[in-house]
This record gives sequence, C-alpha cells and structure tokens, in this order.
Amino acid sequence: MLQTLPLVFVLVGLVLYTVLAGADFGAGIWRLVSDRGTRGQALREHANHSMGPVWEANHVWLIFVLTVTWTAYPSFFGSVASTLAVALFLAGVGIILRGAGYALRSGVRSDRELALIDGAFAVASLITPFALGAAAGGIAAERVPVGNAAGDLFASWTGPVSILAGVLAVVFSAYLAAVYLAADAAREHPELVEPFRRRALAAGLAAGAVAAAGLGVLHADAHSLYAGLLSRGALACVIVSALAGAATLGFVIVGRFEAARYGAGLAVAGVIAGWAIARYPTLLPGLSVHRAAAGHDTLVTLIVAVVAGGALLFPALGLLFSLTLRGRLAPGESTPEPIRAARPLGGAVRARLAVALLIVGIGMLNAASAPWAHAVGVVSLFAFMIVAFASLVPAALADEG
Amino acid sequence: MQALSFAVHIPLVCFGIAFPAMVLFLEWLHLRTGDPLYRTLARRWSRIVLALFAVGVITGTILSFEMGLLWPNFTATFGSVFGLGFAIEGFSFFMEAIFIGIYAYGWDRMSPRAHWLSGIPIVITGFTGSLMVISVNAWMNHPGGFALHAGHVVDVDPLRALFGNPYLWSELIHMYIAGYMVTGFLVAGCYAFGRLRGNRIPPTRYQRVALTIPLTIACVAAPVQVLVGDWVARDVAVDQPIKLAAIEGLYPTTRGASEHLLGWYTDGQIKDGIAIPHLLSLLAYHSWDARVQGLDTVPAAQRPPINVVRFAFQTMVGIGTLLALLGIAYLVIRIRRRPLPDSRWVNGALVLAGPAATVALIAGWVTTEVGRQPWVVYRVMPTADAVTGAGGIPVGYGTLVVTYLAVGAGLVWVLRRLARAPLSEREATLPGAAGATPQGP
Repeated sequence: MLQTLPLVFVLVGLVLYTVLAGADFGAGIWRLVSDRGTRGQALREHANHSMGPVWEANHVWLIFVLTVTWTAYPSFFGSVASTLAVALFLAGVGIILRGAGYALRSGVRSDRELALIDGAFAVASLITPFALGAAAGGIAAERVPVGNAAGDLFASWTGPVSILAGVLAVVFSAYLAAVYLAADAAREHPELVEPFRRRALAAGLAAGAVAAAGLGVLHADAHSLYAGLLSRGALACVIVSALAGAATLGFVIVGRFEAARYGAGLAVAGVIAGWAIARYPTLLPGLSVHRAAAGHDTLVTLIVAVVAGGALLFPALGLLFSLTLRGRLAPGESTPEPIRAARPLGGAVRARLAVALLIVGIGMLNAASAPWAHAVGVVSLFAFMIVAFASLVPAALADEG
Repeated sequence: MQALSFAVHIPLVCFGIAFPAMVLFLEWLHLRTGDPLYRTLARRWSRIVLALFAVGVITGTILSFEMGLLWPNFTATFGSVFGLGFAIEGFSFFMEAIFIGIYAYGWDRMSPRAHWLSGIPIVITGFTGSLMVISVNAWMNHPGGFALHAGHVVDVDPLRALFGNPYLWSELIHMYIAGYMVTGFLVAGCYAFGRLRGNRIPPTRYQRVALTIPLTIACVAAPVQVLVGDWVARDVAVDQPIKLAAIEGLYPTTRGASEHLLGWYTDGQIKDGIAIPHLLSLLAYHSWDARVQGLDTVPAAQRPPINVVRFAFQTMVGIGTLLALLGIAYLVIRIRRRPLPDSRWVNGALVLAGPAATVALIAGWVTTEVGRQPWVVYRVMPTADAVTGAGGIPVGYGTLVVTYLAVGAGLVWVLRRLARAPLSEREATLPGAAGATPQGP
C-alpha cells in the first residue's frame, strides 16, 4: 500500500497534466492550422489570451510527476530517463520553445514577428506531446529495460505503440484545446464559439478513431498489455473511458463545453488507470513497484509532503481557475486608495538601530562559532538590511521627488 | 550540459527571489501614498517578472529533465534521499506560478489590497523554492541521513539528510542575498544605462525612483554578503577541507598557512601570487597557527582542477569586494543625504555592477561545484559513476546551446520592447488625477 500510494499520485498528476497542459499544447497546434486572414488571426489571439494566465500552472504538473517519480521510484526513473533520452530531449526542446513563445509574444509589434513566433510555438506544440506520448508508448510496449541506458536510444520510442500514443496525444490535445477555447470564447467572443465547436468535433472524432485503431496495434505490438487490458478491473476502466469519450462528443454537439471537458478528463483517466491496472505491479520488465520503491521513511515523508502541499495547492489553483474561467481576470473596476500623507520618519533612531544590528550581526556571525550564535547573527544582519533599507529609501525618494 | 542550463537558470532564479519583493514594495508605496508613478513602475516591472518567470519555468523544467537524462545513476541511487527536496520545490514552484498568474493578470481586476496580497505568496515561494534546491546541493556537498550497503542506500532519513545539515544554512543565506544583489544591480544598471545615453536631459523623477530602489537594496546587501561569505568559507574549511585547499592552492598541510592573492598554481605551489602570511589560518579557523589541511592528504585522482576552482573563487571574492565597496560608498553618500552624482563615471560603474554581480554569482557556483569534483556526492559517489550511459551527448549539447542562444536573444529583445512600449501608457497616466488607471495590459 505504502509503495503504491506515490504511484497513484503520479498517475493523478499525469491525468491532470494530460488534460490541462494538453489543452495548452492543442491551443498551439490550432495556431498552425488556422487560416492566415483576419479570422485566423482572431482565433490565434483568442488562443493566446485564454491560455496566458494559466499555462504556467498547468505546466508545473509535469515537474510534479517527475519529482515524485524520482523520489519514490528512483531506479525506474533512472532507467526510463536514460533509455528514452532522445524522446525526452525533444520534448524538452519543445517546452523551451513554447515557454519562450509565451514570454516573447508580449513584445511583438509587427505581423511578421508574430508569424515567426507563432510558427515556432505551433511546431513546438506539435513535437512536445508527440514525444511525450511516444515515450509513454515505449514504456507501455516494454521497450525500456532496467539499467542505465540499457535500451535502444531510438527503437525504444519509435515502435508502433509509441507512434500510436504520440499521434493520439497530439490529436487529443487538439480536441481538448478546441473544447476549452470554445467554452472560453462563449464569454467574450461569441462569434468564435462555432469555429472552435466544429474543430472540437473533428478532432474528437479523429481521437476516437485513433484510440480504436490503437486496440489493433496493441494486439499486434504489445500483446501482453492487450491481454492485461481485457482482464480484471482494467476492462472496466477501458469501457468507462470509451463511454466517457462518446459522451464528451455528445456534449460538444449540444454545446455544453464545461461538461465536455470533464468527460474528456474522465476518458484520459480511464485509459491511464486501465494501463496501470493491467500492468500492476510491474513498472518495467523485471521491475515491480515494490522493488523500485524507495525506503519506508522516504515514502512516508513524501506522502506527507504531497498531501500537505496539496492542501495548500488546490485552494490556490481553485482561485486561479475561478478567476480565469468566470472571467474575473477580465477588465473591471479598480478603486484608487485615498492619498495618505507619508508618516514622518524617526531617522536617527532607525540609523542607530541599524548600526547596532550590524555590530551584533558581525559579532555573532563572524567572531563567534556556535551554531546558535550564527543563527542570531544571520537574523541580525537581515534585520540590519531591512532597517537600513527602510531608513534610506523614503528619505531618498523624498529628496529625489 | 547541466552546467549550461544552470548558468542560464541561476540568474533567472535571482530575479525570482528578489524582483517580486521590489515590485511589491513599489505597489505598497502606491497604496500608501496614492502616487500613480509607483503603480506604473510596479506594473511595468511585473510584466518583466512574468516574462522572466516564463523562461525560468522552462529552464527549470529542463533541469529536472536533465537530472534524469544526464545523471540517471545519481537519481536512481540517491533519488530517495534528496528527491523530497525537489518534490517540495515542485509545489513551491507551482504556487509561485499560480500567484504570478493571478498577480500579473490581476491589475485593474481585483481590489488594490487583494491584488497586493496576492503578490505576497510569490515572495514566500521564492524563498522556499531556493531553500529546497539549496538543501539538495548542500546535501551533495555534505551528505548525511543515509547509509550505503552494497551500492544501495539504506536507512534513509530524508528530513535529516536535507534539513538537518549544518552546511545548508550558510549556503542558503549566501545564495539568497546574492539574488538581491544580482537583481538590484542589474535593474539599477538598466536605468543607469539609460542615463548614460541620454546624458544631456536631467533625469525624470520616474527614472530616479526606478534607479534608487533597486540600487539601495543591492548596496545594503553587498557589504552583508562579504560577512556571510566569511561564514560560508569557515563551513567549507570544516566540512570540505580539500575544496578549501583547492581554492587556496595549498599543497602541503601547513600550520599558520598564508593566503595567496592572484597567481597560478603549478607543481604544488602558487606562482606570481601575493602571499599574506598566516591569513588563511586566521580566516578559516580564527587562529594564528591553525593547521590547514593541504591537497597532499588525498591522492591526485581525488583532487579537483585546482586552477579552475582558484580562479573562480578569486573572481567571486574580487568582484564581491568591489561591489561591497561600491555599496558602502553609496550608503555613505545616502547617509549624508547627498544626491547620487549623475556623472558618466558613476553611471558607468552602475552599468558594470549588474553583469559583474552575475559573473560573481556564476563564479561562486563554479567554485562550489567544481571544487567538489571528482565527487557528485562528496566522498560517496564519483561524478563518473553518476553520468548517463547514453551516447549522443555532444549532439544534445549543441542543440541546447543553439536553443538557449535563440531564447536568450529573444528575451533581450522582448525586454527592450517591454522597457520602451509602455512609456506611452505612463505618459497617459501621469498627468491625470491620482489613481487614474490605464485600461488593459
């Protein structure tokens, strides 16, 4: 149980990453295929604006997955990262370019610059989910053996299952993005809802077709996984996933985009859970969850840290999404504060206090050598910096003004 | 390759540590005085925070990729010991991302007080994030909290390994203050550069405020950093004597060892350096005749590249001392309530201070990382054992260099744009009544 719990965290993180960052990747892909005219321009602008506030937070799920994996299952992480180095590296470069795209877009002035940045962004948005999907496919098809770069650097992630998973990741991202953008457009740009709804339907149908074809590929290329998926609880998960996939398309048709997003999330969760159940307790060929897991104390501390972190994180994340989804981050009123006269400053007192803190700090930190003295010294020096800053800056601003 | 990513990532980290605090200070000034100038400046800086954080997110993601891509054996063996630090760092990064999103897109959209409060978590997570990362690095320098049994770690106590480490605190404080120095000097340098180019016209109040705040922060921090550096050096002397010996180029174990300034280490001694007798013993152990362990106590294969470490260390200390002097000079001027001279020389010095602080920062990391070689985990795992068995590293390295250069060039470009573009917004705002707000970002 203890050894499995971090795996559950990783899988939940993976589902959230797929759904949230997938929409983000997809928004980039749509930029690539939207037409050049003003309408295409409007679509691209809309995609950028609605992802802007949330993309960083979406993206950090990947970091969460990586860090929990290497803490809880270090040998699994080492094997995967070394064998799938090329695929992960491609994804990494894609992530760099995408982040740069967001960062640079705010400074754009001419259309040519915009087209260049959008182009690089879109290509990167295509490469990253494909590479990550292909890497996952490599693990699923048992092409990653245990050990430092023990598997083939290229064949490990270019097998049929990998290609399939990569394509599925791309198409599915496009679908998620279209759904998300259609929902977001309903608030500010009603004329953009319909184009994104049509795109969502097309991408959703394509994703369904790829997933169905996937069963055939699995049967041929990764037969043990195929068999696993059709047994035990895994089959239930696959069925749930298929039903959710069909339902989400239905929601898109009737224009209920919020429900469609949850349906799509459920479909992803079904696939990932089915995969996990089918393989459990094997992580890699010859490596079980129990053998890969870190020691007892590490796991306990990790779980406590994740739960505590989650308690802080989810309210904050909820705040961000409620602010963006309900359009609270759209233009509104700001009430200016009343002007208050600056308080007169007790300059001399502060200056003496600063000098005293500095002397105590030097004495405790640099002359004494006991740890407690160092602690006192550091605190005094920090207090010195704050007091010195507080006594200098207002005077300086007053002089300058 | 990781070193490259680090070199790109670390200056960004400094901005993550210090810049939000400066922006918040400005917004607080605005809340207190109602002066729209502070708000305009805070707004402009918050856009820079956002752009830098975006790049920080990607370099940070790449670094966590590289932990696996380059050092699979290191993570595979010790992930259970140090991974917790990164897991918590992940959360802290996450919170930072969320609140930066709220803060940067929330101008005009939340009540001023709520908006200001939404910035506070950014400052806190900036601190906890660096705490976590430094805790891992401090552990690599001074490992503990586990036992090795036939190549496998057993009896892991991650809390003790990461936070029960005496080495952590000095390193953390050193880095944290460095963050304020680098950011303060760089931001001040940008405005000083503006002064150099437009020397004829007297500076506007906006320019002076934008120069004064970061400069005061950096100038207060710089002298303190020298004191903290002394503390770090004494910790190194106790926990990593060979690193100290490499820093000083000390071959024979000596009582009352001398300190050498400049010079080049060859054949067990420093050539062309200036020797100051007894100073090393005095600095490291606070004793005239303390015994300082030399390089001769370990076999040649266990010594780091002496001259690299020495050169990096001397660069860091030299620049640090100059910056501290600059800081003290500025503080003296300020205490006597004189205005900062708007001369070519002063502005030139301020322009140089920012890049110099960045160089010192990277030199400091070179000292600690190269000084630890040939170990990745000090006296536990050699670097050669940690590295990936996968080929193609040079190809990857080349790609990464090109990508980073492109991103770096793009970043410079966008920052210049951001520095210019909102000027019209400012002009539109300033003549209006207090609190008049520009619409939209």
